[in-house]
Amino acid sequence: MAHGDAPRWLAGLLLAAAIASATARTQEPVRIGFVTFLSGPAAGPLGVPARYAAEAIVESLNAGKGPAPHNARGFGGAPVELVVIDEAGGTTKQMSEFRSLVERQNVDYVVGYISSGDCLAIAPVAEEMKKITVLFDCGTPRIFEQAGYKYVFRTRPHATMDAVAAALYLLETRPGVKSYAGINQNYAGIDQNYAGIDQNYAGIDQNYVGGQDSWNDFTMAMGVLKPEARITTSQMPEFGAGQYGAEISALMQSGADVIHSSLWGGDLEAFIMQAGPRGLFKKSPLLLVAGEPYLHRLGSAVPDGTIVGARGTNGVFAPDGPLNAWLREIYRAKAGHDPTYPAYSAANAILGLKAAYEKAKVAKLQRSIPMGANRGVKEETERAYAEGPSDVELIAAFEGLIFDSPSGRMSMSLGKGHQAVSGTAYGTTRLVDGKVTVTDIKHYPLEKVQPPEGVASADWIKGGMKPAK
Amino acid sequence: MNQIAAILIDGIIYSSWLFVIAVGLTLIYGVMKILNVAHGSLYALGAYAATAFGGYWIAQGHPPLGSYGMLVVAAVAVGLTAGPLIERGLLRLVYGKEEVVLVLVTYAVFLILEDLTKLAFGVDPLSIPQPYGLLGSIEVGDLIYPTYSLVVVLLSVVVGIGLAMTLNRTRHGKILQAVIHDREMAAATGINVSRVYLVTFTIGTALAALGGALTAPTISVQPGIAAEVIVLAFAVVVIGGLGSLGGAALGAVIVGMVRAWAVHKWPEVELFSVYAVMAAVLVMRPKGLFAVPEARKI
Amino acid sequence: MPRDRTTRILLGALLVLLGAGPFLPKWAMFMLNVSLSWGTVVLGMMLLMRTGLVSFGQGLYYCLGAYAAGVSYAKLGIGDIAVMLLASTAVTVAVSAVLGLLLAKYRDIFFAMLSLAFSMILFGLLVKTSELGSTDGFGLSVASVAGVPLAEGWDRYAVFASAVVVAFGAALGMQRYLDSHTGRLAGAIRDNELRVEYMGASVRRVIHLNYVISAVLAGLGGGLVGITIGHVDPEMAFWTTSGEFVFIAILSGTGNVLAPFLGATIFETVRSFAYEYSPNTWQLVLGITMLLVIVFLPGGLWSVFTRRRTP
Repeated sequence: MAHGDAPRWLAGLLLAAAIASATARTQEPVRIGFVTFLSGPAAGPLGVPARYAAEAIVESLNAGKGPAPHNARGFGGAPVELVVIDEAGGTTKQMSEFRSLVERQNVDYVVGYISSGDCLAIAPVAEEMKKITVLFDCGTPRIFEQAGYKYVFRTRPHATMDAVAAALYLLETRPGVKSYAGINQNYAGIDQNYAGIDQNYAGIDQNYVGGQDSWNDFTMAMGVLKPEARITTSQMPEFGAGQYGAEISALMQSGADVIHSSLWGGDLEAFIMQAGPRGLFKKSPLLLVAGEPYLHRLGSAVPDGTIVGARGTNGVFAPDGPLNAWLREIYRAKAGHDPTYPAYSAANAILGLKAAYEKAKVAKLQRSIPMGANRGVKEETERAYAEGPSDVELIAAFEGLIFDSPSGRMSMSLGKGHQAVSGTAYGTTRLVDGKVTVTDIKHYPLEKVQPPEGVASADWIKGGMKPAK
Repeated sequence: MNQIAAILIDGIIYSSWLFVIAVGLTLIYGVMKILNVAHGSLYALGAYAATAFGGYWIAQGHPPLGSYGMLVVAAVAVGLTAGPLIERGLLRLVYGKEEVVLVLVTYAVFLILEDLTKLAFGVDPLSIPQPYGLLGSIEVGDLIYPTYSLVVVLLSVVVGIGLAMTLNRTRHGKILQAVIHDREMAAATGINVSRVYLVTFTIGTALAALGGALTAPTISVQPGIAAEVIVLAFAVVVIGGLGSLGGAALGAVIVGMVRAWAVHKWPEVELFSVYAVMAAVLVMRPKGLFAVPEARKI
Repeated sequence: MPRDRTTRILLGALLVLLGAGPFLPKWAMFMLNVSLSWGTVVLGMMLLMRTGLVSFGQGLYYCLGAYAAGVSYAKLGIGDIAVMLLASTAVTVAVSAVLGLLLAKYRDIFFAMLSLAFSMILFGLLVKTSELGSTDGFGLSVASVAGVPLAEGWDRYAVFASAVVVAFGAALGMQRYLDSHTGRLAGAIRDNELRVEYMGASVRRVIHLNYVISAVLAGLGGGLVGITIGHVDPEMAFWTTSGEFVFIAILSGTGNVLAPFLGATIFETVRSFAYEYSPNTWQLVLGITMLLVIVFLPGGLWSVFTRRRTP
């Protein structure tokens, strides 16, 4: 044998072995902590659909069954592990749980949080602990308007979009509106006393942040679009009150043309069940900003002519496409019914994180393969290929990212690249052939319903909601 | 004018609902000197049972009017099972301890029942709306009320009168009163106090469950309704005086009216109007409005 | 347990914790921190229980203390741990001094109910106050302790050390107090109030004093928890929070000032792990444990240590 043959032959074998072992080497799994409501009133309509969607997507991705370009296994080849924990128990408890997720369970990324209160509290903690956190469902506009974050992202547009679009849709479909009322759960939010708008509203909103914020954004938008519309009464019953007899009487007496409500969960169901037989909705149709998940639960109990939103182009408003079809198929297999907006939020978050992860990984690979290849570089490449991107690299990829999701195209354009924007849609429910269907659907592009970068939502609305460029 | 009518009617409807829930609590306290924190859990059990029984009845295609009967059956079933189980199985072991320790025991039962209910019925909200709308509605001025609410009001009046007559006119009732006033003497005269306890607790449980069963058609039954109701029931009972039937009625009316007024006139204070009233009454009459006098032992 | 042995254990534990603090894994330090803060609250409850009163409304002062610390940060720009805790103390002393005048007249169930009512009133007030974040509450952070600015990365340890110092200081103080003349009246009042009056002591004044002391301890615990977690919310005043304090008090027993801390640590540990692995049955576990303790160990866990060995 010639002197040079053995080494070359050996080198080839070693190389083949190295490549084989590289691909056979189990890639370090990507551990994602997923936080959503698993117990309590928010679990059924919101938390559990989110969990099903997250699990369905992760299982499908790990099996390599996603539609192109998601047909590689997991995240860029690395399997994904979901660590699901319960968001119930209050904000203070969630902050402890977050620390526990990061320090005890050693997750790589955190995806979660439906409650606006939890999002607002967790964001600074995530920043302090330098853990990339993707907020997937909470709506408060304040997260990136009141502070800047490097490690926190949100893959859904915030609730100003819902409120403004609601006002636009209402006025387009019912231009004769002269008065409106609200019933919203009484929970935290912006100052309810802002100058310039008559406080004669009717609303029934659960008295808590989301409820108050929702009501405030809506009334501000109405104040700008139709200042002469009068608010007749604003009911803010306690969260979980359950008995709305008196509130319903007050709403009926107020005689509003439409009732705005951000009630959700068992409270919404109770309210509808109690108000329906009393004929409240024949006099004053209901406007449910986030009502989409209840359509299948309440079925024909949903009052005819209810204006309903899905917090974005989700559910019935989602555009046709391979990603939407995929989500609907795997979700239906898991849950037995069609996915609602929390499922879309969860799916979008995971797919967005995946898109950023893979973009960062590709960038990393491209940096480590110089022109022309030789032995040492192959090992270098394999090593780079096996690891995931670092946090800094992922953040750089995520900022300003535009990715496709079951809800359509998402663009991380606000909050210095950390806050997603998209358009939205609203519709009206009607009983068609005995089935509750959403008709009269109108879409609203993102410039009409969201403030531009650097402008706070409240200011943008009060300033006349000039479309962002 | 219309608003006053609305406040009054809403107040009465809410009060009668409160009364059915609170009367069992005050009865149990009066006889056994136990403030049953688990009362709310029994209310929740009644609501869940009503949803299950009523739902089954309707699903089987039976006439929907019968579902009302199912509600009552559900309440009685819960009373007859949970009542003796808790009383004989648990409370029996801790009689004789201080009052406050007994409260803690019932608090523990509340915690246990919370999770048992979740395990048995799941965490999703359940509903059984049919009985609510079946009877149609009544118009009062420009307001519409479902006839179902009227039925609840009538039922609570029936329960109240029934209990009052049982306590005052029947032999069993008088025995109960004897035990309420002085347990030792009652036992000394040959009354089977232990059986009186069992019967009382069972009736109290059934009443709590009845409250839940009647409420089930109007809400989405979900975990957490127990905790909401407990504090309300406490407020009513404490305002009226622990152990007093008339007190429970008066307390229910006061709380109901105050809340209805708050919702219509001053929605901001609706949340803590109940607790404020409770604190105010306790300050003026430390033992409640119709408290049962107790001899002080030196 | 003889008094000096308790004192020695207290001082020893204090030194061990302070020394080991920087080496503990972060989550362990966090859990210990919360346990010590809760232990302080329960220490106050222990005093009340020794006086024969069970409060179902300690959440009122716990929440007030937490919000006092929070408001100092959010509205007054203060980031000093010591100043925040002073604020907690000031607020709780003021409120409890006034409420105590009323509550000292009540006993048994009515004391429990009235204290519950007041804590729920605070809850309602806070939920209604959007400036304080309503149901979400708001966050706070610390930058110095007693005027000494905290170096980067040492803030968690500083909070932990503060909790250790406060907790053990309170325990030592309580021990001295319980040995004093006024302290011993607590047990006497629990046994028979009337006789105490006949002997010339003022029951009302002792109850009032004990009430204020327990309120301050609850406020300090609340302030510490708020600083540790970095967040306060109205849930702290909800009656179920007070219920948890009662549970720990029963679990620990009133035998010794160390008992509340032991009970709080066990509670916090079991609760965290139970919640993680089974969010839908941890209350079941809690309830059963409570029943077992009440039935079989009426003196609380501490009575395990004091059971005399039969010769």
